Amino acid sequence: MIYFDNVSKLYNGGNSVALEGVSFQVAPKEFVSIVGHSGAGKTTLLKMLIAEDRPTDGKVFFESLDIHQIPRAKLPKYRRKIGTVFQDFKLLPHMTAYENIAFAMEANGRSDEEIAENVPQALALVDLEDKIWNFPGELSGGEKQRVAIARAIVNQPDIIIADEPTGNLDPIATYEVVQILKKINDLGTTVIMTTHNKGVIDELGRRVITMDEGRIVRDDQEGKYVL
Amino acid sequence: MWTAIKRVVRSGFVGFWRNAFVSIAAIFVMTVALFVVGSTMMINQLLDVSLENLQNKVDINVYFVVDAQQEDIDALKSSLEGLPDVEEVVFTSREDALAGFSERWRNDETIMQGLEELGDNPLGASLSIRAREISQYEGIAQFLSEQQALEDPQRPLIDEVNFVKNKESIDKLTGIINAVDRSTVIAMIVLVSAAVLITFNTIRLAIYTSREEISVMRLVGASNTFIRGPFMLQGIMYGIASGVLALLIIYPIVLWLGPEAESFFQFNLFNYFISDFPRIFAIIVGSGIVLGMVSSMMAVARYLHV
Repeated sequence: MIYFDNVSKLYNGGNSVALEGVSFQVAPKEFVSIVGHSGAGKTTLLKMLIAEDRPTDGKVFFESLDIHQIPRAKLPKYRRKIGTVFQDFKLLPHMTAYENIAFAMEANGRSDEEIAENVPQALALVDLEDKIWNFPGELSGGEKQRVAIARAIVNQPDIIIADEPTGNLDPIATYEVVQILKKINDLGTTVIMTTHNKGVIDELGRRVITMDEGRIVRDDQEGKYVL
Repeated sequence: MWTAIKRVVRSGFVGFWRNAFVSIAAIFVMTVALFVVGSTMMINQLLDVSLENLQNKVDINVYFVVDAQQEDIDALKSSLEGLPDVEEVVFTSREDALAGFSERWRNDETIMQGLEELGDNPLGASLSIRAREISQYEGIAQFLSEQQALEDPQRPLIDEVNFVKNKESIDKLTGIINAVDRSTVIAMIVLVSAAVLITFNTIRLAIYTSREEISVMRLVGASNTFIRGPFMLQGIMYGIASGVLALLIIYPIVLWLGPEAESFFQFNLFNYFISDFPRIFAIIVGSGIVLGMVSSMMAVARYLHV
């Protein structure tokens, strides 16, 4: 479903290498973790996927679509196929949990009826039915990340991209978030996650891609965290 | 489509109220900017009218000798009227000249007595010539001095052309008029561009507070139009509010200045403001709307790239 074909990314006119000859595929319904030290190129890789950045060389395909050939006006439509989750949550502080999620649906042009129906469902999936009218400031880190995950899935994307989703969380909240991502994956959504957390990887027992200095150094089905 | 418009309008209004403080700051700055635009418009109009008044007062007078023949005068008059630069030629007969003179000096005993002692009318007929443009007087004066040179020295027709005498003051006036014209244009350009820059920066600041929201909107796949819409609407609202406010400030000022200006410039600013109100309203509120909308668009574009 996703194909990276010999992708390289150079910054500063070639002085610093973020990605070098990266090739791999992701099949539908896979749960892929990308691990590596800071600066190994994990985040750059995800940026290529949501067309935030273009490769210096090589191509990235989403099914048969060359991502970096998509005209700018059509990019929002492409991005709706992808749900994103970040380390710092990126929730809007002046909106309640409900409004944050509804906002994502409004931006996608969903009808008011759909919003009223789907937002509570998404919040139920992340076990936050009781925090529906709370503002982000009133939620714990784990709860905020679960709201962010609910926002990412509410438009039924084909893929969830999670960039260090547990980076700011304590072990219990980390466990909950990973369980939710696993549940989403079991329901049929492809998940691509970057992480530093050894426990998360070992617990998951799914495919692990290990990166170092912009290159893929290991790619194991049912991998362990090895650096 | 309709849902999208509804949402854009709603979030435009919500943004306007939620950032009330920033909105008010933007409106005040834009009000000052539009007030400057309005004032320059008023001053320009005032100067235009008073320049026109001044220009209408400039003319060339040709005084004829006392025994000049009417047909010679008529011939000169019609040849002057044939000149392309000449706007108007007014003939004053000897009798009219005397009547005007007596009228003007009727309170001065000595002059009236002297006039009586002369017995005969000492004044000649005259032509008063008005050019279309101030700069054209030179050419007309040239034409008249050529005419004078062609005359038979035994039987002169033209006694005196007063342009040569007035030339210096006419030149000075032309200089002043041109300088004032130029400096108002320069002042207007400087003031209006300062106003545009200040407005642009204020709105950019207002949108800077929303940059987080813009990045989240992009993240969840909102189209650029959907992101830009509410901000452009807010810009338009700033424009309308500050345009109306600027007009409300200008109103009492012209009301107060109107009579003062009338006695000095022979032009009532207040009457101009009232009679030309639809045009002034359209210009000030219109430029507010354009200013607000364009500034918003440019400011949001900063956060929409890639």
